[in-house]
Amino acid sequence: MKNIAFLFILNFVLYSCSNDDNNNIPENVPVTFQFSQNWNGDAVDKTDFNSTTYTNDIGNVLTISKLRYLISKIQLKKSDGTLIEIDGYNLVDLSEEGSLEMTPSSIPTGDYIGISFIYGFNEEDNSNVYPDLNVALWNWPTMLGGGYHFMQMEGSFLDSNGAPQPYAYHNGTARVSQGVFEQNFISFDFNQNFTITNNATIEIKMNIAEWYKNPYQWDLNVFSTDLMMNYEAQKHMNDNGQSVFSIGSITQ
Amino acid sequence: MKKPSKIMNRILMAIFSISFMVSCSSNDPEPMEPAEEYIPTPKPLNVPSILAQLLPPPYIPADNPQTVEGVALGRKLFYDPILSGDGTQACASCHKPANSFTDDERFSIGIDGLEGNRNSMPLYNMAWNTNEKFFWDGRARSIELQAIAPVENPIEMHNTWPNAIASLQSDAAYPELFRKAFGTTIITKELATKAIAQFERTLISANSPFDRYLMGENSLTAQEINGFAIFMDESRGDCFHCHGNENSPLWTDNIFHNNGLDAIITDRGLGNVTGDPNDDGKFKSPSLRNLAFTAPYMHDGRFETLDEVINHYSEGLVYSPTIDPLMKAISRGGVHLTEPDKADLKAFLLSLSDPSFINNPDFQDPN
Repeated sequence: MKNIAFLFILNFVLYSCSNDDNNNIPENVPVTFQFSQNWNGDAVDKTDFNSTTYTNDIGNVLTISKLRYLISKIQLKKSDGTLIEIDGYNLVDLSEEGSLEMTPSSIPTGDYIGISFIYGFNEEDNSNVYPDLNVALWNWPTMLGGGYHFMQMEGSFLDSNGAPQPYAYHNGTARVSQGVFEQNFISFDFNQNFTITNNATIEIKMNIAEWYKNPYQWDLNVFSTDLMMNYEAQKHMNDNGQSVFSIGSITQ
Repeated sequence: MKKPSKIMNRILMAIFSISFMVSCSSNDPEPMEPAEEYIPTPKPLNVPSILAQLLPPPYIPADNPQTVEGVALGRKLFYDPILSGDGTQACASCHKPANSFTDDERFSIGIDGLEGNRNSMPLYNMAWNTNEKFFWDGRARSIELQAIAPVENPIEMHNTWPNAIASLQSDAAYPELFRKAFGTTIITKELATKAIAQFERTLISANSPFDRYLMGENSLTAQEINGFAIFMDESRGDCFHCHGNENSPLWTDNIFHNNGLDAIITDRGLGNVTGDPNDDGKFKSPSLRNLAFTAPYMHDGRFETLDEVINHYSEGLVYSPTIDPLMKAISRGGVHLTEPDKADLKAFLLSLSDPSFINNPDFQDPN
């Protein structure tokens, strides 16, 4: 008798999954997040490393040799207000093409009104152990609050004498004083109306130029290296980071 | 076309469900395999708890699982000069356990008395080199492929693989050892290097004083602890961006960098492999484990002591176009550590050396 009941349930489950003549029952479909980078609209990828020169808002001429950053806690808001959380996090590394796309997650079809995510990790997530991030040496020194980097952007710029100098724009938890730390991640929350009907790809865009621009006009002659323990530099990064990300195309 | 009714749909689904369940619950025995397949004894790597807690699982290729018989064969091959052109050199000639599986030469000498231009690399924790790029320039994409090269390199073991295989095949012991490891007495270079790779993956080092300190099993000196703080300080050592930290105890990023050794690049390193001038002068960051046993240092063995290495990063850096941005204060040669800071940093670095690794009886010559 139990078997018959189970069959009936299984039958119902299979039936409801295979039924496509009722649009009110959402299906789960894969969604992929794609991370793209640009400098005021010009696409930036690893082929630009060490060769393409950029001029930041204050006029520093620079090249990029490394760009890695972490995005976590992506959530999609349905039209009824329900939040769909995407599992995991993504360490974007421009030198690794596979890292520009996050492993697909399954989300329900239907109408959505928003996309949110965290640049870096929030305080709770930043206290966990992530073996894949450890092996990537993504850790932020314990003496600076520990956890993980949020971004590593490195390269070379021309100093006021025209000589190449290194820069290492590394962002993470801010150290106020010995043993006193300030959270430095950034929450992004975009109102965005879209309907998911099928396999979808959602683009998250980073405009690198914004890291140097708004509201703090960044001068690499002032802040180039040794920025991790520099509270002022870390807070300027946080301020400028607020306008760095946007939602790009949503295709399906 | 008329759609099937919902009732019809359900009946069909019920039939499908029943057949699905029947197939799942079948207890019929599988048909017999036509020939019994030989399976050597699985021997998963014994991962020390500090590595298990902090790092991803070791990478073992699906087509070369670790086995008791495979590791034993690989160990015998590693120490056997039979693989070299004149029967005088084994892998272990330049990768000696007492030196953490490197040697103490700047450039190792091959069977014909010729020397190369790169320092022999120490061997340990290779299963966590997750990007699978081996050699100083990353040109071998697996341990198995790496092991092919020295046998036929004219300045190293200067043999040919067909000749090496013929020697193994005509040996009294090897055909049976290959049968035990791989189920066949027909020896190939692929099987020989698979066995060597299995042995090399067992070379795990994770029992230095600093490892035991992290596990709460012993204490460090004040000098070693201060040295670690210098190592982790971006404005002083700034070693951690390439060489790891207490949560990443491989002590390397396994990535390639130009660390400011030369103004004019004569050995292109990674650039020779990728063909990209932006990679010129880049070499793999070596792990800092077991430095007490692995002198001389750098890809070309140019520094005989750790003091010379520390002095290089402190005040000896020179600019070249591909220099890593993490090499700072180039115009002054580096950040100029104080002498006490240098001494403390050195003390910390030596706390990463693991005598139990070089003395492990499982890793010594079995022949």
